[in-house]
Amino acid sequence: MSSQVPSDLRYAKSHEWVRVANGIATVGITDHAQHELTDVVFVELPAVGRVVKASEACAVVESVKTASDIYAPVSGEILAVNKAVSDNPALVNTAPFADGWFVQVKLSNPGELDQLLTPEAYRAQIGA
Amino acid sequence: MSLKRTPLFAAHQRLGGKLIEFGGWEMPVQYSSIVDEHLCVRRASGIFDISHMGEVFVTGPAAEGFLNETLTNDVRKLAVGQGQYSQMCREDGGTVDDLYVYRIAPMEFLLIINASRIEVDVPWLQERICGSSHRSGVFFEDASSRLGAVAIQGPRVVQFIADVFQGPSQAGTAVGSVLDLKKNEIGLWKSLSGTSGPMGPIWVARTGYTGEDGFEVVAPGDMIETIWNQCLDLGHVGCLQPCGLGARDTLRTEVCYPLYGHELDEATSPIEAGLGIFVVFDKGGFVGRSVLLDQKTNGPRKRLAAFRMTDKSPPPRPGYAVISGDQPVGTVVSGTQSPSLNQGIGLAYVPPTLAQPGTVIGVEIRGRRFAAEVVKKPIYRKP
Repeated sequence: MSSQVPSDLRYAKSHEWVRVANGIATVGITDHAQHELTDVVFVELPAVGRVVKASEACAVVESVKTASDIYAPVSGEILAVNKAVSDNPALVNTAPFADGWFVQVKLSNPGELDQLLTPEAYRAQIGA
Repeated sequence: MSLKRTPLFAAHQRLGGKLIEFGGWEMPVQYSSIVDEHLCVRRASGIFDISHMGEVFVTGPAAEGFLNETLTNDVRKLAVGQGQYSQMCREDGGTVDDLYVYRIAPMEFLLIINASRIEVDVPWLQERICGSSHRSGVFFEDASSRLGAVAIQGPRVVQFIADVFQGPSQAGTAVGSVLDLKKNEIGLWKSLSGTSGPMGPIWVARTGYTGEDGFEVVAPGDMIETIWNQCLDLGHVGCLQPCGLGARDTLRTEVCYPLYGHELDEATSPIEAGLGIFVVFDKGGFVGRSVLLDQKTNGPRKRLAAFRMTDKSPPPRPGYAVISGDQPVGTVVSGTQSPSLNQGIGLAYVPPTLAQPGTVIGVEIRGRRFAAEVVKKPIYRKP
């Protein structure tokens, strides 16, 4: 099964996606990542107000088999976390690019977005 | 070192199995998802490749006496065609391996040992035979590399298993149909539906590692794929799905079956693991007897407790600390999110005073403490 890689997003090598609007980045994990994890059973999100640096571990996603760190693709303050996904972790599997989002970050260094992978580059990385 | 592959490696690839390393073997952890496969075994049926497990034959006029001096259980209780679970211990009570032993003929025993322990068990057994007064009457064969095995498990296995292994048994327990095998009985079949002519010996036992009814099949490696495919072809009536090691682990954890390297190791005795009913003291001397008897009489210093997380929490994992008061008092050895109960569950070694069901403990997960309750084993019971 080939994974979806929406064209309007940017991607981190560690399989997070970023959607930017008005200087705020919404972050989640990709369809490819949720396929690899399968059966997400727990999501641990950071505190609102925490300031994270790009590549810093900021959340944990747990499948039946393993716990995996989620890395902030961009630096900034955590403005919001998705309570729906901590209440219903299966959203990561069913809607990874929509209701399964993790956090919103107020970009402190928008230039970092250029360091992220384009959809084409991410597709190449996962062989999609 | 390159990983070993079972006779079903190509079949796993074709089925889209996700392959991982386990005990030196390249094995499927899952095909669809662990939860999906787990629930399929609880509600319908699943088939597992267990060809990585080891098979050892111990035969001869002194085989029974030798095994009774080497294993904790009493093989004299086994009639031809019966099997029992047992441990093999060191003199200090530590566990060399846990295994199944079947009496397949009056003076022939088949031992099913852990994949990760083959390289330890084989020299251990051979050295014991050489040092034994029984040595002239015991013959030993490590058949692990020429035999494969599959497990077919779940309540709906009975709907198709007699279509795969047809007719009466040829040896072991004498039954008219494979469905007449009782728990822990083993029989021999020499033909398989959908194939012509006699085949090599196919041993079929009514055993398993899931807490469900089911069968485990041991056969020559070159027959394993045929058996696997016949089960998948005929198993549709039982909604049979291929299942990986991930579901095998969650299924056995729910019913508190030990996994070597987790609940058992060379520093842990079967008494500590709560497996005392498989240690028989009135059969005479055996390796580890005095230490095990002391532990049974005076109580071990640690005990295996089953627990359930009581609040919303991440799944417990092996290696997490168990907390009581403010002190770390033990270690989780198996833990997962139970697909049947949709709750974190696990097994942990704790001081004996904390092993009683109802005891409130904490599990430390990434620096935070989450509440758990010690529960009676098994954690999951069929409704």
